[in-house]
Amino acid sequence: MSDINFKDVLLKPIFKGNPVTVLVLGICSSLAVTVQMKGACVMALSVIVVTGLSSFVASILRNTIPNRIRIIVQLVVVSLMVILVDQFLKAYAYSVSKTLSVYVGLIITNCIVMGRIEAFALGNKPIPSLLDGLANGAGYGLILVVVAFFREILGSGTLFGMRIIPESFYAAGYMDNGLIILPPMALILLGIIVWIQRSIQKDLQEK
Amino acid sequence: MNTNGNTYTVIYSTVLVVLVAAILAFVSMSLQNKQNENVKLETITKLLSAASQSDGSFTIGEDTDVLGLYAGKIVEAFYVDGNGKKVRDMNTGKENVNSIEVSTTADLKKQNDLIKQIENGQTDKLSSMELPVYVFDINGKTVTVIPCYGAGLWGPIWGYLAIDADGRTIDGAVFDHKGETPGLGAKIVEKSFCDEFLGKTLNVTGETVFAVVKATAVTEPEHSVDAISGATITSQALGKSINLWAKYYMPYLSEAAEANAEVPAVQDNIAAEPAEGTGTAVQTVGTNINEEE
Repeated sequence: MSDINFKDVLLKPIFKGNPVTVLVLGICSSLAVTVQMKGACVMALSVIVVTGLSSFVASILRNTIPNRIRIIVQLVVVSLMVILVDQFLKAYAYSVSKTLSVYVGLIITNCIVMGRIEAFALGNKPIPSLLDGLANGAGYGLILVVVAFFREILGSGTLFGMRIIPESFYAAGYMDNGLIILPPMALILLGIIVWIQRSIQKDLQEK
Repeated sequence: MNTNGNTYTVIYSTVLVVLVAAILAFVSMSLQNKQNENVKLETITKLLSAASQSDGSFTIGEDTDVLGLYAGKIVEAFYVDGNGKKVRDMNTGKENVNSIEVSTTADLKKQNDLIKQIENGQTDKLSSMELPVYVFDINGKTVTVIPCYGAGLWGPIWGYLAIDADGRTIDGAVFDHKGETPGLGAKIVEKSFCDEFLGKTLNVTGETVFAVVKATAVTEPEHSVDAISGATITSQALGKSINLWAKYYMPYLSEAAEANAEVPAVQDNIAAEPAEGTGTAVQTVGTNINEEE
């Protein structure tokens, strides 16, 4: 346990072991909240905070948790963090929390959070666990932001709500792609990202 | 220490849950005011944008002082029951903008539940309704803003209609929703859709007060707008909730419209009354007006 490579802990989940594209976790919410950049960024931040803090707290408690109710204890810790984030968003970023609606609450069911606690935090010291949680949240957030970038610019012609595609394009007959706003297209975009990643990282390809 | 024993497990889970509950209760209580403030601000913003939609002399941005604007534009705000009778006044914030009182979506939901009960035959509930009415003075023009609320495809949808002094012409419309499909049902919040309502009228006498239907099914163009293609259920739900709510506002709206139509006559009376004691000059003014009419 003592030979943890901090650089590895931090960087692996961002690309090589990305929770969304390699472990294929957290797909549901990444389809739902990636219509606009603003929502995706806030969601990414929320997940980073939740995964980081939950892993940290779970790791502090790891030697005291009764093994039989291990999962329940993890769930309580995760829901505590999620509700805190939700409450703070409602108080200080009301309009964003409205667009994210139920998906902030559904971070509880995001497999990345529980997965990392179970796989990493319960066997490691608090600081590496915190970093592992943050990095996994960031890996998820990165994919979210990339997908949202394409969906917002192709689907609405805007970025962060600001018009990017000039009005003259619309006058010339250009139209926003309505299909890309719907979840199936997010799945296709996600598929393309997985494809690109696997063609770069040959070791991920199944024989 | 044996962390697998029953006693330990029970004590551990109890302590953990109590601790977590305490943290959550504390955070919830300390953020409650701020959250309610947000909900109120949002409602006020919606009310103002509905009231000012056809006027367009001011726009509401993120840094607008909506509380001050509301207090400046509101004339009166009160609740009416299903018979059109005034129940009680709301604080309009003329003295202190922080005490402005509005009816939030949670309150609208309660009224919507009442409406459902009344629709199911419990007509005695009519007098226990508390429907909010906001009367604004937008640059000299009086508009009455009334809300509507209903179930959309995925969650509640609600909106605010600004009605002219005649009690039927729509002067502005703003809608919102909890979680309609982005790009389809969620389009009800867009200005291009809301603008369609401008100048349309509520059908005071007909079966259907207002309809949101597809262009080919329009029978009364002055009492309906085009539905959003691809969002049939949201559009229908919106039409239904406007219809239902407008029906319960009708007693108040028609009474208010009558009162507004009588306003010139009322002014005559005021002018004539003191004239009896003070002299004939005023009286002649009063009669002149009557003759002109």
